[in-house]
Amino acid sequence: MSAIIPALVGMACIAAGYFVYSKFIAEKIYQLDPNFETPAHALRDDVDFTPTNKVVLWGHHFTSVAGAAPIVGPAIAVIWGWLPAFIWVIGGTIFFAGVHDFGAIWASVRNQGRSIGSLTGDVVGLRARTLFMIVIFFLLMMVNAVFAVVISNAFVATPSSVIPSWSAIAVAVVIGVLIYKMKVPLLWPTIGGVILLYSVMYVGELFPLELPQTVMGLAPAAQWIVVLFAYAAVASLLPVWLLLQPRDYINGIQLIIGLALLFGAVFLANPTIVAPAFNTNVPDGTPPLVPLLFVTIACGALSGFHGLVSSGTTAKQLDKETDARFVGYLGSSGEGLLALVTIIAVTAGFASLGDWETAYSSYGTTGLATFVTGGSVIVAAGTPIPQEFAATLLAVMGILFAATTMDSGVRLQRYIVQEWGTIYKIPVLQNGYIATVAAVAACLALAFGAGGSDGQGGMLIWPLFGTTNQLLAGLTLLVISVMLVKLKRRYIFTIVPMVFVTVMAFLAAVYQLWNLFTSGQYLLAAVDVAVIIIAIFVILESMSAFSREKKAAAGS
Amino acid sequence: MKWPGIKKKLRWWGYLANEAYNAPFRSTVARAKREQDDLFMLLIFSEMMGVPNPVAYYTLELQPIMLERFHEWHTRMGMEHSPLDGFRCC
Repeated sequence: MSAIIPALVGMACIAAGYFVYSKFIAEKIYQLDPNFETPAHALRDDVDFTPTNKVVLWGHHFTSVAGAAPIVGPAIAVIWGWLPAFIWVIGGTIFFAGVHDFGAIWASVRNQGRSIGSLTGDVVGLRARTLFMIVIFFLLMMVNAVFAVVISNAFVATPSSVIPSWSAIAVAVVIGVLIYKMKVPLLWPTIGGVILLYSVMYVGELFPLELPQTVMGLAPAAQWIVVLFAYAAVASLLPVWLLLQPRDYINGIQLIIGLALLFGAVFLANPTIVAPAFNTNVPDGTPPLVPLLFVTIACGALSGFHGLVSSGTTAKQLDKETDARFVGYLGSSGEGLLALVTIIAVTAGFASLGDWETAYSSYGTTGLATFVTGGSVIVAAGTPIPQEFAATLLAVMGILFAATTMDSGVRLQRYIVQEWGTIYKIPVLQNGYIATVAAVAACLALAFGAGGSDGQGGMLIWPLFGTTNQLLAGLTLLVISVMLVKLKRRYIFTIVPMVFVTVMAFLAAVYQLWNLFTSGQYLLAAVDVAVIIIAIFVILESMSAFSREKKAAAGS
Repeated sequence: MKWPGIKKKLRWWGYLANEAYNAPFRSTVARAKREQDDLFMLLIFSEMMGVPNPVAYYTLELQPIMLERFHEWHTRMGMEHSPLDGFRCC
């Protein structure tokens, strides 16, 4: 089947979701009020609370949620065939992610711009708030470990991406200094930076870099993991204007170029999807589609991580309450499009069904590299860009996304460790450097524990990451639903997604426990047990909150 | 399209690019700047808190200029009135 059909159908469905469904949610459920004084105006301090143009906010929301995860998840999940992944990504974007992101902004705007985490305490209860904090901590730890494994696998699979990926850091630092210290207008550093980045990709192609077979008993993938965490530790301590700010900006540009290039190439080349719609011939050891599909693709269909962005920063800058629909719903729609093009790349970027089956010979071994291979074939077919260059370009794009997420993750985790130092009066942990080392050590243990040491079973941790992410989304949807119950509005549109993802996450965690235990991954199994316990508490907590609030609403 | 129209479009794109660069980090940078300003204020009021200040003669002159910022600082810190005996701002 032509790949243009799912591309068009997917885009049309997402557009319909925005114009019809999100309008319904905005008017009937959240009942947005254009005259409501948003926290950006009511609490304006020009530090956290600043009214910001909705297009700018959308761009920020979109670029911070669309990263490597909506690429890796679908690239693994098409093992069950392209149709299940397609349906979950499109349906999830329309009925789950959009409502979730949009709702998180709305809930936060109606509560002085506070984060969902702190809201949980007031709306649902203190126990739920503790749960929220624990889930966030687990999620951050897994984010860092997962992305270290993703990047190191990509470096090994595409050696030409090594030099450009590291050079991007230098490019970012130069842009940062030019803009912040020398006050150069943005235009020239942007043009120069993009040209430089793409020329370095040529250099990378001429000099592919591979690490030695073993250093101190570590395989190349494991060596990269160590190097990456060392980098993340240093990067997380630098001032934001020096590295983080210019690099996020470059990533945003890359995201737009990458998406335009991929969608353009799909329409110009008209590739054929070689993978089956439903794969009846799944390799041995592939877990069942239900519930694993729903945690393998988290970002791209629904992801709790978005709630943190929506409520933490976006809600404090919203100019008008009605902008929430544009920013939240359309932001997650953009991410859905990235997941959609990934599905096409990893199912239509192969010459034949045989090639595809060779690539998908076991569950969890595919990922960024598969997307790079498939995507580069399509780009080369649809544009004059040679395939090798397209591969480097896509690999660098994915690696930079993952690296950004990783060092923001380490930064956030350092704050948590420092906070613990303050709460439990351990002065050593309050030191920024020691807190960073502690944060990195925890993630490193997890990355190696997940089988990253031999670079083979690297993605075992991926479904677990998705499970935690979905639990967080479930908690956020719970907060929104309880708010709706209190306001005596229909809550079915948020409670159905909430029940669905929480149950799927719980089932997936139980299934994985058996798998992890039998394969001797005891560290991950222990984390999984914790996730199961959290899932049970989330379900119990929701039930009690609901019966309480419904009684209260009926009594008043 | 006429020239003023093109110019308007270009200005809009320039604004978007600038905001794309600055908006996500505005609060972080503003907070860092505020912390630096607080430190500077601490230096100016150091004598009042018993910290010897060799350039007190000069920083004394700056104190009236800091009045508004000082008021903003102590309200931000959750103190209704000025915590310093020698400096009453409200």
